Amino acid sequence: MNPAMIVFLKEVRENLRDRRTVINTLVTGPLMAPLIFVLMMQTLITRELSKAEKPLPLPVVGAAYAPNLVAALKQQNVDIEPAPSDPERAVREQDTDLVLRIPEDFAASWKKGEPAQVEIVYDDSQRDTGSSVARLRGMLEQYNRQTGALRLVARGLSPAITHPLAIADRDQSTPQSRSSNLFSMLPYFFILGGFIGGMALAIDTTAGERERQSLEPLLANPVPRWQILAGKLGATTAFAITTVLLSIVAFAFVGQFMPTEKIGMTLQIGPRFVAWTVFVMLPLAALLSTLQTLVAAFAKSYREAQTYVSLLMFVPVVPTLLLSVMPFKVQAWMYAVPLMGQQIAITRLLRGDSVLPSSMLLSFACTTVAVIVLCVIAAQVYRSERLAISA
Amino acid sequence: MIEVRDLYKRFGKVIAVDGATFRARDGEITGLLGPNGAGKTTTLRCLYTLMRPDRGQVLVDGIDAAVDAVAVRRRLGVLPDARGLYKRLTARENINYFGRLHGLDAATIRTRTDAAIAALDMGDIAERRTEGFSQGQRVKTAIARALIHAPTNVILDEPTNGLDVMATRAMREFLKRLKGEGRCVLFSSHIMQEVAALCDRIVVIAHGRVVADESPDALRAQTGETNLEDAFVKLIGSEEGLAA
Repeated sequence: MNPAMIVFLKEVRENLRDRRTVINTLVTGPLMAPLIFVLMMQTLITRELSKAEKPLPLPVVGAAYAPNLVAALKQQNVDIEPAPSDPERAVREQDTDLVLRIPEDFAASWKKGEPAQVEIVYDDSQRDTGSSVARLRGMLEQYNRQTGALRLVARGLSPAITHPLAIADRDQSTPQSRSSNLFSMLPYFFILGGFIGGMALAIDTTAGERERQSLEPLLANPVPRWQILAGKLGATTAFAITTVLLSIVAFAFVGQFMPTEKIGMTLQIGPRFVAWTVFVMLPLAALLSTLQTLVAAFAKSYREAQTYVSLLMFVPVVPTLLLSVMPFKVQAWMYAVPLMGQQIAITRLLRGDSVLPSSMLLSFACTTVAVIVLCVIAAQVYRSERLAISA
Repeated sequence: MIEVRDLYKRFGKVIAVDGATFRARDGEITGLLGPNGAGKTTTLRCLYTLMRPDRGQVLVDGIDAAVDAVAVRRRLGVLPDARGLYKRLTARENINYFGRLHGLDAATIRTRTDAAIAALDMGDIAERRTEGFSQGQRVKTAIARALIHAPTNVILDEPTNGLDVMATRAMREFLKRLKGEGRCVLFSSHIMQEVAALCDRIVVIAHGRVVADESPDALRAQTGETNLEDAFVKLIGSEEGLAA
């Protein structure tokens, strides 16, 4: 049997006996992504649904000064609540989302036909308040328009003269594309899965082997070093790929049960999504494993390797953040960049956008080339004398 | 047979081996004796091709290590200073792994492993995972692993290091047995008595240089000392690093 194969089988066998590694590869890595995602979706969906249907609780200061306005709000499913003594503080301390304040002189201005001020007190940095504020503002605007129109009619004018422009929205977004920002994080979870799956082996087969002083006897065997390296890389990649595969399948399975259509989103998680995602992720899993092995090979100890490899985990965050924070037009060449290509491809697949097979092939080919280059570098590192010495 | 000619190896400014030349013959036990830091481990590492010497030649059974390192490693059984085992594998699996890397078939590995287990008296630990092995059990496993391919040349770096009295005695018997089988045994040590009791030939190394290469008797005659330890001290020029 080929020596690389012998090394491969031994590393797989040995690491399958390590319960922590097996749990990371088969459970933690694959499940983390779908679970986090489901939790995120569930929270989002529940929140959106409850906000839209439930009555809006609204503490009002000075409700007595504008009984008509308050009555109109009540009609629109607003629960008028007694106001806290200090509205600003109550909002800052998140005792309430928002407070409507009607000043004492409201009635006087109203009667004179001057704009009567009302204040919405809220904290924009609180994530939850946005939709409540928008809802209240919409109601106030509506009341504003209605009353304005009535006043014009009372003076014998057509309300239309205050609307020189008629604006009509023609939104071209689809349910899928609306959900895209949310889903631009998904590829990172798959990538993270591969990272977790390969991590234990990348460290154990390099820095770990040196630390437990078994590398020197191993290298005394009549096998070229690159073949030993090939077996180790193969084992690490096999674990990483297992994690990624399970992760994708688990996500596709769980995704079927997410009630995304309730908030007008649709996910395309069919066999097509699974097949293409696996296709672009395979070389990436190999790339990450090789990178981990290379980094761990430089470390003097197991602990040091763990630190390096953990830091490495932040590298894939970069394209994810870049793509979600500053959305730009997808260019064909972007598929050629490892990590970025996978990021774009998976996001587009999920949105149901068209992805050219040629783009997929480009991503696959370029990532594979990167793997080969890294393997050659790793083989060079393995040839160095320093690598073999334990202490 | 192992031959070392004018071996030279430096790490930065430190010259670890400075022109060492010696020979270890088949059917003999050759002891590489020297204080700590004399260059014994580096010399041995050059022998089993873990390191490339800056200058000089290493020949194993006439094969130049610089030309065909893999063939040299095939003819060597090596117990390095580092003798870590795979703790999640059993002793037998550890041995088996190296046997396979040597390209042996399963039946040969099985026969030889059984023989080694009997010879090293390790029947009780063979099927146990090596995690938690004592130092002696670890060394036994490492030796069985290093000799699975029945090499004609055996290199051991401080083989009795960390062993108790009983295990040390067993190790000495084992080395004699290897010699009896006609193998070339080369081991390093900084322990005088050990070398005196075992070796047919003593290569004394100090500061990376070979200062003597004789039989124990010739060594005594050469230095004019009847006691081998005194002879040794005289040769290396100090009592530094000399363990009793």
